[in-house]
Amino acid sequence: MESNNLKKTDIIFGLCNCTSNKKYPVLAEVIQKTPNDIITEIIDSGLKGRGGAGFPTGLKWKFAAAGNNPEKYVICNADEGEPGTFKDREILLKVAGKVFAGMAICGYCINASKGYIYLRGEYKFMLPGLNKALLEFHEIIKELGYNFTIKILLGSGAYICGEETSLMESMEGKRGEPRNKPPFPVAEGFNNLPTVINNVETFVNVTMIQKYGVEEFKKLGTQDSRGSKVFSISGDTPNSGVYELELGMKLSDFVEEYGDGDTKAVQVGGASGFCVPRKKFDETIIGFEGVPTGGSMMLFNSSRSMYNVLSNYLDFFAEESCGQCTPCRVGCQQLVQGIKAVKKGVKDEEYLDTLLKLSESIKITAKCGLGQSVANSFFSIVTNFKEEMIY
Amino acid sequence: MTEVQEMIINLANKHGSGRESLIPILQAIVEKQNFLSEEAMNEIAEQLDISAAQVFGTASFYSFLDTKPRGKYIIRVCKSIIAEMKGKKEIIKTLENSLKIKVGQTTSDKMFSLLETNDIGWSDQEPSMLINEIPYTNLTPEKVITIINEYRSK
Repeated sequence: MESNNLKKTDIIFGLCNCTSNKKYPVLAEVIQKTPNDIITEIIDSGLKGRGGAGFPTGLKWKFAAAGNNPEKYVICNADEGEPGTFKDREILLKVAGKVFAGMAICGYCINASKGYIYLRGEYKFMLPGLNKALLEFHEIIKELGYNFTIKILLGSGAYICGEETSLMESMEGKRGEPRNKPPFPVAEGFNNLPTVINNVETFVNVTMIQKYGVEEFKKLGTQDSRGSKVFSISGDTPNSGVYELELGMKLSDFVEEYGDGDTKAVQVGGASGFCVPRKKFDETIIGFEGVPTGGSMMLFNSSRSMYNVLSNYLDFFAEESCGQCTPCRVGCQQLVQGIKAVKKGVKDEEYLDTLLKLSESIKITAKCGLGQSVANSFFSIVTNFKEEMIY
Repeated sequence: MTEVQEMIINLANKHGSGRESLIPILQAIVEKQNFLSEEAMNEIAEQLDISAAQVFGTASFYSFLDTKPRGKYIIRVCKSIIAEMKGKKEIIKTLENSLKIKVGQTTSDKMFSLLETNDIGWSDQEPSMLINEIPYTNLTPEKVITIINEYRSK
């Protein structure tokens, strides 16, 4: 029996000639193709957004390309605030050129001349290095015939701004409160103009698909989850860090490789993701057909209290809720108070069922992804570790 | 013209005076003055021709845009679950003892403010903290004392 079925890859961080030698040869090749051909390739590749939600990238571009609006935008979402995520940090520190290239390809495809990177305020330390790399990048792509520039805007410590419409509100100088959808950003995004917004890693994937071809990309992953993914691995593991793995792996294989031998649970997808207990490791697939993730994988061993884990997540949501809609603003506070009351014995254990119903209501009624996803960790932790919530 | 007025006019010239310039201007003031004073926010409203309520509403939304006076060095310790597991409590205790303040407070010489913040993107190297924009990771109590002493002698 094979001891491990994990396939480690080296596409995102791997050395390639696509952006090296200060020449960006991949961009010289791309501009020979028509935007339509490139979009078709991205659609065929099956690439889905790497921020977590997993919308097909090529389709998004196609929608944005459709309108004849003279002004459109490309935005790179570098506001990675999901607890346990740090892969975009490594991508931007190590292969920022591949991100810039992916954005330029997008600009060419949808006919946008302005790109923005919304970099979380916590990563301000990267700004000088990135701006220097951009100076060089701008010179090169101008020579190659691209009419595209990238500007970096800084966030100011608000998790919700990772939500795409909040991010655009923030770029417009407002409170980062999510908008109603539709209209979607491809129709009315930044400044109410057609906008493609993708995750940092998604843009790198675009560059790599253009470099290696659709067929090479499709060799990795599964029908529903093509390619590889950059994972941020932390918690009770001897090997915290950023790893690039083929999508569609079994969680049990993952735990075998990265666990400390005593893994009790893995929180897949950060605080807004799902908690998978040991008994379900074997049946859990990491990918869009199973448990999707923006890459955050937090491992907990049997010494950890899952009550503390949930309590930490709920405090986080209550604090980061923008307060715009009642289900999230009030609901998160009630969940925080509720599990405390059960733990202290002020409320009996049946109260957990009331809280589960409340989390379900928040899921259905909250305006944006933040509120809607609170129930993910709440439900999966409370139902799988009920004793720990009570005693 | 007051010093604040002059600073904001310069910032509006640099960043533009449209609404989209509001956050870059607010960020620049926090960088210079460590927080956003009422005077500064009123002056921005004037320069960008928006209401002071809009300026305050925006500023108060973002945790890094402080509207309370802060020290020259703002320490933000990561309080994620991973940070907790890796010894955040010890780090906070060390900082509180060394600076003789509690979380949320500023030293009387206005040098340091001690705050906690949500995940700063270093879960692979917790415990971690930011001092202004510089991240410090894999912290130990000893390391924290060395870092603070370096800032004290700056």
